[in-house]
Amino acid sequence: MLRYFIKRTGSLVLSLAVASLIIFTVIEIAPGDPASFMLGLNAQPETLAALRSELGLDVPKVQRYLAWTGGMLTGDFGTSYTYRTPVSQMVADRIGVSLPLALYALALAIVIAIPAGVFAAGRHGRVADTGVMGATQLGVAVPNFWFAMMLVLVFAIQWRWFPAGGFPGWDKGLGAAVHALTLPAIALALPQAAILTRVMRSSLLEVMGEDFMRTARAKGLSRRQTIWRHGLRNAFIPVLTIIGLQFSFLFAGTIIIEQVFYLPGLGRLIFQSISARDLIVVESVVMLVVFAVIMINFIVDLAYAAVDPRLRSRT
Amino acid sequence: MNRQLVSGLCLSGFFILLAVLSLVWTPFDHTALNIPDKLKPPGGVHLLGTDHLGRDILSMVMVGARTSVAVALLALAIGLILGVPLGLAAAARRGSWLDEFIMRGNDIVFAFPLLVMAILITAVFGPSAVNAIIAFGIFNIPVFARVTRGAALPLWEREFILAAQVAGKGTARISVEHILPNVSNMLIVQGTIQFALGIQVEAALSFVGLGVQPPTPSLGRMLADAQTLVTLAPHLAIVPGVAIILIVLGLNLAGDGLRDQLDPRLRRLRT
Repeated sequence: MLRYFIKRTGSLVLSLAVASLIIFTVIEIAPGDPASFMLGLNAQPETLAALRSELGLDVPKVQRYLAWTGGMLTGDFGTSYTYRTPVSQMVADRIGVSLPLALYALALAIVIAIPAGVFAAGRHGRVADTGVMGATQLGVAVPNFWFAMMLVLVFAIQWRWFPAGGFPGWDKGLGAAVHALTLPAIALALPQAAILTRVMRSSLLEVMGEDFMRTARAKGLSRRQTIWRHGLRNAFIPVLTIIGLQFSFLFAGTIIIEQVFYLPGLGRLIFQSISARDLIVVESVVMLVVFAVIMINFIVDLAYAAVDPRLRSRT
Repeated sequence: MNRQLVSGLCLSGFFILLAVLSLVWTPFDHTALNIPDKLKPPGGVHLLGTDHLGRDILSMVMVGARTSVAVALLALAIGLILGVPLGLAAAARRGSWLDEFIMRGNDIVFAFPLLVMAILITAVFGPSAVNAIIAFGIFNIPVFARVTRGAALPLWEREFILAAQVAGKGTARISVEHILPNVSNMLIVQGTIQFALGIQVEAALSFVGLGVQPPTPSLGRMLADAQTLVTLAPHLAIVPGVAIILIVLGLNLAGDGLRDQLDPRLRRLRT
């Protein structure tokens, strides 16, 4: 296990280093100098040079890369060009919307998918199974932002059960905040729930064909008991992996859903920064999202290896 | 052929046909403004209604589907052209530094969520259909490299490959002449899935303004336009949305059906 851990940690560090290098290079070759964008077309060369040195744009590229990555490691994400506030502060404000939204959606997906998958597997080949499978096919095909629009149309405009958009902030009480995040979370959860249902079903079906399941039946357990006591525990391993991966999808997916519901999360921050050419914000937020995804994959891999020793020999 | 495959092919084929038909004929000129007839609900002369500028929605969906299909197909081509040779090379030199290099590179590209990659590219080079294609194309490369390598690895242990080696064929020639035809089934199945994903990605990127730009219509752009008008005329959002769902549903069904057709062992678990 230790050898696997060390090897996997090595590739984690390498991935993070390469990812940061790619992001830095892409932003570096972006046309348009942030300083001249901020000052407009008629800027004096002296003012431009002064601003460039103030923003730290005049130091060599290698030094800037090291300063950026070094800063990221200590929690200093740089300073926004347009707002002149630390990026870490802006991220901290916004992540309080995006992260709970992703977690809320993940919880919904799990609550829907696991019973649905178990139900379908238990009725394998019958009408109920076909119905669930058809529903998941549809669920995968529906774009979540379109589903979001339909939810707004029905539940916010027609029936007025939920707000059509905006976020009151956590200081207005947990109830109001959760209320505002409910429709976005449902919209985000739908396609992921459909995928998870399919994984749960096929994983359980596979386990149900195993010898130990037959043994459990043979020693007198009912069909239901074998599924709940022996089947589920074994079927959960691939399901957990998918849940881990889905969290990173959901986290990235909030970027688009936030646009539909006008939620002040990381997604809106990225779009606002792109239009203001506030590239240091784009750079740091993108790095943060990529970091989150790489870390989640790392944790899922380690958890998987801890559960299933056979995987440790692989990389 | 199984039922899933037939229904999937019919469904996606119908929309692709509509998209192709739009090259020569649409019921109305999709750019023709007709303000007096604006926001007409479906039915009547305009079968699917009109938008806020009085444009015929059926014609817009036909032309929009054409754009969406073209974006998805071009991104698919990038993934196939670059991903398949990488996968073949990694499998041919399995275990070597080349294999390791290709697979680790794949992992890193994989770590960039698709949307984040698209945002990064469009933030820098500006939003356009071409950049949306490049973003999704880059995402497709590791997908196809992985599938190709995974399918090719067990083939290298088979007798017919050994026979080809004994006959004096080089690694590259074996990869192209013997491995590639035997992994093509897997590539077709994966291609169908990535095609469907491409339609969804185009829609999402164009919806947030990072994809296809006006005046080119696309299904995603129609939804973006509809966002502010959805309370006034829900059909503006419903029609393009349903079109996207049906195309994607059709392609996914076709992909699943094809997989079962090509690998009968899977039939037990599905259906």
